[in-house]
Amino acid sequence: MTRSRPPLALVLPAAAAAVIAVTPIWYLVDRSFERGWAEVADELWRKRTLDLVLRSLGLTLAVTVGCVVIGLAAAWLVVRSDLPGRRILRVAFTLPLAIPSYLSAFAWISWRPGLAGFTGATLVLTLVSYPYVMLPAMAALSRLDPAHDDVARSLGKSRLHVLLRLTLPQIRTSIAAGALLVALYVLSDFGAVAAMRYEAFTWVIYGAYRAGFNPSRAAILATVLVLLALVLVLAESSARGRASARVGSGAARISTPVRLGRATPLAYIFSAAVLVPALAFPLWRISVWVRTYVSTAIDTAELFDALQSTLFLAALAAVATVLLAFPTGVLAARSNSRIARALERSTYVAHSLPGIVVAISLVYVGVRLLRPIYLEVPLLILGYMVLFLPLAVGAVRNSVEQSPVRMEEVARSLGSRPGAVLRRVTAPLALPGIGVGAALVLLTTMKELPVTLVLRPTGTETLATRLWRYTSVSDYANAGPYALALVLFAAVPTALLSAPSLSGGAKGSQS
Amino acid sequence: MTTPPVLTVLDVHKSFGAHHVLDGIHLSVHPGDIVAVLGPSGCGKTTLLRLIAGFDQLDSGTITIDGRVVAQRATGSTVSLPPERRRVGVVPQEGALFPHLDVAGNVGFGLPRGAQSAERVAEVLGLVGLDGHQLQRPHELSGGQQQRVALARALAPNPSLVLLDEPFSSLDAAMRNQVRDEVFDVLRAAGATAILVTHDQQEALSVADHVAVMMSGRVAQFGEPAELYAAPSTLQVATFVGEAVVLAGTAQGQVAQCALGKLATRVGDPADGPVQVVVRPEQVSISSVGDERPAPANAVTGTVVSRSYFGHDGLVRVAVGDVVVACRTAAGELPPRGTEVHVWVTSPVMAFRAAD
Repeated sequence: MTRSRPPLALVLPAAAAAVIAVTPIWYLVDRSFERGWAEVADELWRKRTLDLVLRSLGLTLAVTVGCVVIGLAAAWLVVRSDLPGRRILRVAFTLPLAIPSYLSAFAWISWRPGLAGFTGATLVLTLVSYPYVMLPAMAALSRLDPAHDDVARSLGKSRLHVLLRLTLPQIRTSIAAGALLVALYVLSDFGAVAAMRYEAFTWVIYGAYRAGFNPSRAAILATVLVLLALVLVLAESSARGRASARVGSGAARISTPVRLGRATPLAYIFSAAVLVPALAFPLWRISVWVRTYVSTAIDTAELFDALQSTLFLAALAAVATVLLAFPTGVLAARSNSRIARALERSTYVAHSLPGIVVAISLVYVGVRLLRPIYLEVPLLILGYMVLFLPLAVGAVRNSVEQSPVRMEEVARSLGSRPGAVLRRVTAPLALPGIGVGAALVLLTTMKELPVTLVLRPTGTETLATRLWRYTSVSDYANAGPYALALVLFAAVPTALLSAPSLSGGAKGSQS
Repeated sequence: MTTPPVLTVLDVHKSFGAHHVLDGIHLSVHPGDIVAVLGPSGCGKTTLLRLIAGFDQLDSGTITIDGRVVAQRATGSTVSLPPERRRVGVVPQEGALFPHLDVAGNVGFGLPRGAQSAERVAEVLGLVGLDGHQLQRPHELSGGQQQRVALARALAPNPSLVLLDEPFSSLDAAMRNQVRDEVFDVLRAAGATAILVTHDQQEALSVADHVAVMMSGRVAQFGEPAELYAAPSTLQVATFVGEAVVLAGTAQGQVAQCALGKLATRVGDPADGPVQVVVRPEQVSISSVGDERPAPANAVTGTVVSRSYFGHDGLVRVAVGDVVVACRTAAGELPPRGTEVHVWVTSPVMAFRAAD
């Protein structure tokens, strides 16, 4: 890594990306305080605000604990045990990521309306987000040096002792990073809590915005949510920083799997207990809806319209986001200067924000600054860019990092200027990774709900908003095909994520 | 030599944080010369290479290539030419071929686009014996071929200077010597001026015209390989370049008294007093006690503690008192462990003043 000053040709566009990522927040804060501190204090010192904080934190805690238990057990089973069929299980355990939380939530309450509230929200969010713990735990487990196990066993220690005293401490930081990711996800989730009618932050903010008579209440609550999320982000990045420090040159040998023996049936029961409610049940519900839909046979034109606008918006978002992310990603991979790090971090700020917060802030930006594109396609795309920029930055960064700096140095010494090196060496080498990043943004955009809901042009409906409309009025027959289409699109990047090489990049999407 | 040097490195300093990696380096390389920069890992040799290529910036000093100052930091003057304007070819460890380009694309990378480009690519590929491989991809080549393509790529734009950074360390032992010979044959055929960075003293001594021994950020000695081996300037150079037995002793005039008796000395510090005596294994002879061949009068006796057989010759370690002396012998004459032997030194040894 070079210590020299990064080239302006990269810094300027990266700075533009950072500004785009950060502006909404600034406007949000500005809006919160427009009526002065007294108003803010008044809004905050209400019992219902405190209740709101407690409800959100309670849900976050419950879901995080559940995810750590399930995610850890699942990771250990597929990486370290000799369970027959663990390769298939590895993919199956990852697939719940593909089910948008609101979809899972609708599946449950359409079957048992009594689940609405804390129970339902906890259940659904645990089932869709345990992979955030499982994926980093899997990666950490497979990085462990199998020689440690062998040495400890040969020193007379039992398997349990090895697990508790050797394995867990070594993957602790990965688990912590995963747990914080889950907590962040729960705090940001809009779809599931809304469907479960659980009064968490995001839903209340949306309500306050929709109600319309007190817009600064939405802004103030959103600011509080931002602060909560920020605490988690800082905790997460410090945990991740430690997790990524590793010793040695990577696993050369394949570890011998632990024999389950008579515990094998127990492992299958566990897997079924996770996969049936997380995967099979929602899919079964969707199939029921689709069958009802087919038998009643209505409006396919509406479905195609929604599909068309979903694809159009998502493709536009993917291209725009990757273009915007490229300079930042290259800088992050190639320069360790302070400015490069600051620029990269600032693009991550918005990603830690709940989608509903980004949506509300962009409403203010739109009304104040960008009136002509307010409730038009460009502002919606801008919202997607703010939200998903880090996915693309991460993809660019990873793929650039994988090609050695030496290549670029050699190219320089062969007479190419920095710009030419970027074009002739860096970009072509990073292309496959950038493609993955674009695909990730594309598919995540398709599932996105709150930003689409708030910022879409009047009259435009996507798969997600149609699904939201039909399910919120319990019209499950009409929701069926939309649900099916969404799950199909979402399954692709999820399958990608379960590949071991990419599991480090399992940053969540928000819905 | 009256021709001006291709490369001059003048009093170059470089630190990373508090760590002084280069501490006043001087070096000059003349046209057609192949210079090895030899040193233990961490001595700063790769840093020197990166400063010359322009990949890192020096803290102070001057680097001149072909009479043009390419890097300088001194009071009142800061020059730092970017790598692309230095006309320096680089052959990094493991080649670093561009994986997305074929062989022709790699070799032609530094050439201006045009009709002559393909000709030049064929020409340099011919030089490294790989003409006809233009359309192959780097991953289809063997490690040695990759290294030769990397060399062709570096040579194609006719650089003033070629820098090779431990280019053979990733090759397995069997192939290393062959690829090394091929690469240096090519460099000499092309009349190139080159610097090879290596920690392998055998490699440095066998291929280079001149060797710069680098130790803790300075050039400890610069000279021809034979000179370095026969007349090292310091004890550190003597022990780093070639195998050596170091014995504590006392010097008086041209004679040093040590565990092997009174030995004639030839280089090093002439002063009387405590010295470190350096003996090369090939200067030591042995014969079994009781052998018909008579041992010279000044021989001492010792016991064989180990022996290593190399095929073409062998190395016998003999305990004499409380020191162990290595002796290179013909392969057929390796006495077994425990044999009582006479030990004597056949030629003048080196002596350096003992460190205070």
